[in-house]
Amino acid sequence: MDIHEYQAKELLAGFGVAVPKGGVVYTPDQAVYRAEEIGGGRWVVKAQIHSGARGKAGGIKLCTTPEEVRAAATELLGKKLVTHQTGPAGKIVHRLYIEAAVPIRRELYIGLVLDRRSERVCVVAAPEGGMEIEEIAARSPETILREVIEPAVGMQPFQARELSFGLGLSASEMNQAVKAILGAYRAFRDLDATMVEINPLAVTETGQVLALDAKMQFDDNALFRRASVAELRDYAEEDPRDAEAAKHGLNYIALEGSIGCIVNGAGLAMATMDMITHAGGEPANFLDIGGGASPERVAAAFRLVLSDPRVRCVLVNIFAGINRCDWVAQGIIQAAKDVNVPVPIVARLAGTNVEQGRALLRDSGLRIVSADTLAEAAEKAVAALNAPHSTRPMREKEKVS
Amino acid sequence: MSILLDGTTRVLIQGFTGDKASFHAKEAIDYGTNIVAGVTPGKGGTTHLGLPVFDTVKAAVRATGATASGIFVPAPFCADAIMEAADAGVQLIVCITDGIPAQDMMRVKRYMLRYPRDRKPTLIGPNCAGVISPGKAMIGIMPGSIYTKGRVGIVSRSGTLGYEAASQMQALGIGVSTSVGIGGDPINGSSFVDMMVRFESDDETDAVMMIGEIGGPQEAEASIWAGENMSKPVVGYVAGLSAPRGRRMGHAGAIISAFGDSAHEKAEIMRNSGLTVAPSPAELGLAMKQALAKPTRRAALA
Repeated sequence: MDIHEYQAKELLAGFGVAVPKGGVVYTPDQAVYRAEEIGGGRWVVKAQIHSGARGKAGGIKLCTTPEEVRAAATELLGKKLVTHQTGPAGKIVHRLYIEAAVPIRRELYIGLVLDRRSERVCVVAAPEGGMEIEEIAARSPETILREVIEPAVGMQPFQARELSFGLGLSASEMNQAVKAILGAYRAFRDLDATMVEINPLAVTETGQVLALDAKMQFDDNALFRRASVAELRDYAEEDPRDAEAAKHGLNYIALEGSIGCIVNGAGLAMATMDMITHAGGEPANFLDIGGGASPERVAAAFRLVLSDPRVRCVLVNIFAGINRCDWVAQGIIQAAKDVNVPVPIVARLAGTNVEQGRALLRDSGLRIVSADTLAEAAEKAVAALNAPHSTRPMREKEKVS
Repeated sequence: MSILLDGTTRVLIQGFTGDKASFHAKEAIDYGTNIVAGVTPGKGGTTHLGLPVFDTVKAAVRATGATASGIFVPAPFCADAIMEAADAGVQLIVCITDGIPAQDMMRVKRYMLRYPRDRKPTLIGPNCAGVISPGKAMIGIMPGSIYTKGRVGIVSRSGTLGYEAASQMQALGIGVSTSVGIGGDPINGSSFVDMMVRFESDDETDAVMMIGEIGGPQEAEASIWAGENMSKPVVGYVAGLSAPRGRRMGHAGAIISAFGDSAHEKAEIMRNSGLTVAPSPAELGLAMKQALAKPTRRAALA
């Protein structure tokens, strides 16, 4: 789960990371009020969307009068920002962060990640902040410093000192940086983060060390025990279909193609997408219905996939282990009856109770194209795109006859 | 015996009395697995599926001599259950549960370091389908009927894609020695390399099917290791060729976030390491059949 910059700063400040004075606002009036409250005569008005590179997209404005703050806020609120992280669709700005602008002497990079190679938390630092870590890694990889944290005892002060001196900080700057780095580590550990990034960690003209930007990502699997983090979720930042999927215990990711996928298991779902591509089609989505999927969940999956107007065929691929094919078949039938399915359905069932599942589909009166193998399913789905026909449920009259 | 378990392995089930654990324990018993006990804290002294239930893993091990455990405990309590099994001396721990917090797994891995190499338990999973040695025993959630007993080892992140491979091979008359699901989490108990090492030294295995996916360094490490150390043919596939960057594809670990994480890059490393890469997920069985028909490196060297 992602959160906004202002939320990350608030959390980090609670762990002792120093940040400039600031506050979140939702209207131009609030922006001016907040700026006057902060004082100082120089402010940054920052669009709050879940994306980096907001500056390049025009989402960050430096202001020197309350009038400029009002103008910047008026311009940004409701504006669509397009960055390389939002994709071409962009994101609408609903919240702004008004922050005291500080004169900067140096910009540093601090990042904490769960490193999959060492299977530990890794703290990364670089002397040239303000650009993305990928860019630093490409331009001057030799300047990147790393400390791997021993989980049994946590990050030690000497490790933060190693990083700070490695960044070339003076003694007084070092003390402040150590406090920031250790604070960020404790936030990472205690809030079940998967990523914390302070970029830049700035050294000001007056020798203060402040987090000018902050980004945090959290482990979805740990939100059950982090209620204070979970409530920071901003649904406006998420694809509504993702939220709908999550509500039903489904994993859904919208893609660009025309063949909707309903699959069990993440690996098989990816392989099904690969197979569609291999057969000359394009998947419209990734969808994993998970283990033990009930008929209700399968029906919800259908509604979700069909809510994408680009979908011109649905491919169901279930290899049942923890699932049972007869349940899945019931779900397909229920969905096809509840929802108007205006596109062809290709279904491939295999595994536990496969015969019952296939029989249910066969006897359902629905026009479902059956496939025995993955290859056959993908080929039939691609073929169905080019052969217009309907799989609408038969009318009651037809069924009887 | 097979690489991890066989029909004589004494198995206990943690979270035994839950619905899913009960369903799959019964399937495993019917398959021939020697399940001897279950553990559900607070239900010690009762019986379930005709087997004794214990409050703690230690008590279950003491009473039954179990050496392997299948874990179906809910995610919030799962790291605790894994460590309890390790502490009780269980040597094979298969964790089926998905949704365990990543930092819990980080601590579990650290906890395992306290054991000397020869007593260190083997953890499979979490978020996996489990382990099956066809015709002998299984701990997991796979449908036993899709596996034919044979001489090919399967190691896969994804459960269902492992089933896909097994059933494609079954259709071509190729059997399986052991199939291991190592799970889709970013931090897992056993890696591809851990399993390749076992398959290489297993005299019941002639070749290995390795099925990876996007995200993380394990597929690349295993490919390089296999290229340098394995005498047996390895057929590989990496799922997610059409997965977009930066999106988590279902599994907590299936995300392209760093260099080398994509399916194309991993498949390329497989090829460069001398592995056979299946051209599509529908040709896993066929690729294995062709690999088995080729003279093996061991035969060529002999």
